Amino acid sequence: MIDIAIIDYNAGNTINVKNAFGKLGANVVISDSPFIWEKADGIIFPGVGYFGSAVRNLDENAKLLKDLITKKKVPFFGICLGMQLLMDKSDESPEINGLGIIPGQVCRFEGSYPIPQIGWNKVEQLNSPLFDGLDDFYAYFAHSYYCDPTDKTLVAATTKYGEQFSSAFWKENIFAVQFHPEKSGELGLKILKNFLNEVRK
Amino acid sequence: MLMLCKRIIPCLDVKNNRVVKGTSFLDLSDAGDPVELAKRYYAEGADELIFLDISATIEGRKTMVNTVKKVAKEIFIPFTVGGGISSLDDMYNIFRAGADKISLNTVAVQNPNLISRAAKMFGSQSIVVAIDAKQEARSWKVYIKGGTVKTPLDAIEWAKKAVSLGAGEVLLTSIDRDGTKKGFDLDLTNTVSNTVNVPVIASGGAGSEKDFLDVFENTKATAALAASLFHYNMIKIPKLKKYLGKNGVEIREN
Repeated sequence: MIDIAIIDYNAGNTINVKNAFGKLGANVVISDSPFIWEKADGIIFPGVGYFGSAVRNLDENAKLLKDLITKKKVPFFGICLGMQLLMDKSDESPEINGLGIIPGQVCRFEGSYPIPQIGWNKVEQLNSPLFDGLDDFYAYFAHSYYCDPTDKTLVAATTKYGEQFSSAFWKENIFAVQFHPEKSGELGLKILKNFLNEVRK
Repeated sequence: MLMLCKRIIPCLDVKNNRVVKGTSFLDLSDAGDPVELAKRYYAEGADELIFLDISATIEGRKTMVNTVKKVAKEIFIPFTVGGGISSLDDMYNIFRAGADKISLNTVAVQNPNLISRAAKMFGSQSIVVAIDAKQEARSWKVYIKGGTVKTPLDAIEWAKKAVSLGAGEVLLTSIDRDGTKKGFDLDLTNTVSNTVNVPVIASGGAGSEKDFLDVFENTKATAALAASLFHYNMIKIPKLKKYLGKNGVEIREN
């Protein structure tokens, strides 16, 4: 039995997400094969890297992944770039479309503050089962782009960096965070544990 | 106002799988097992860790990859690995082992192109350029090879260039202050952090809690690093963070 499949797209730092779930006692597999993804009770798209190359690496598997998420309603957790890929488009690679599961655009931070945002920032206005048992907390971010969804009702947390942005989504079986729970200490592990609970429901 | 927390970063200089620390880059003494020390810092609330492989041999690099793998299974905060990384392959191996960032120093000076290739491949947020600077008249010169070899580069100009090539962060060490416990070089840190638009990690010279407060209050550095101070328990991280928080510095205490 596979609790969670971590999508390997040959760029992301998949091992850290696996290590974190390993610590939580979950059975986790890193794979680039949709045949493995569909055997898992939950799917995670972790990551760092470029929007465009991540979509390109997914290639025809993008459609299969989208079906698993939107039709089969498999619990899905997008982390960092994995959150951004849910959107229609990104400033980072305007010529390439995202998965288009969450309508909206990925924008680049514009300001006199340091970009990328690297470090611990506050996650507030929590509204997702993944934040069960948590109050506003600090999480680790490393990114230059953020999601701007059309439908604000699915925003599950906000964070301020120059401007306020959506640092988490929640829509039915779809969960996403812009920060790195696998790098956010014990509270981050709690978020992964909450996802594991969703998967095992 | 930015909510981003200032980061406290213990630095572990690793040689032959042991943490060592010296004064002004020389005179090394043993401070323990890297994995155990990393676990301690994780439990104490360090915001990030930096591992520098100072053996800088092929054998040392292989040992380092194994150390990184072990560390990544035990701590769930970001960590950077530097020292002896000379190619994209080296970086790939370190990232695959679980590191979040790699730090380039000597190799970046010798081959600046590698910074942009690394940034394109792994993203700027994972590429740190480490600069060892030593004051000379009214400027700072860049030193390489663990602070032993002087280059003609001006530290400020080099920081600018490294960032323009794709460095996402600058780890700035004052050779003059390193190991002295006289406080961070505020002048150097200020000049560099005012010049580049990426996070700057201040390093070299921390000796007291006040030194950390000074660097955060008087410069734009977003992180401060120390080694022996933490290794030998001269400053405890939870106490340091409480002190900074009380003095109005945005700091993570969860």
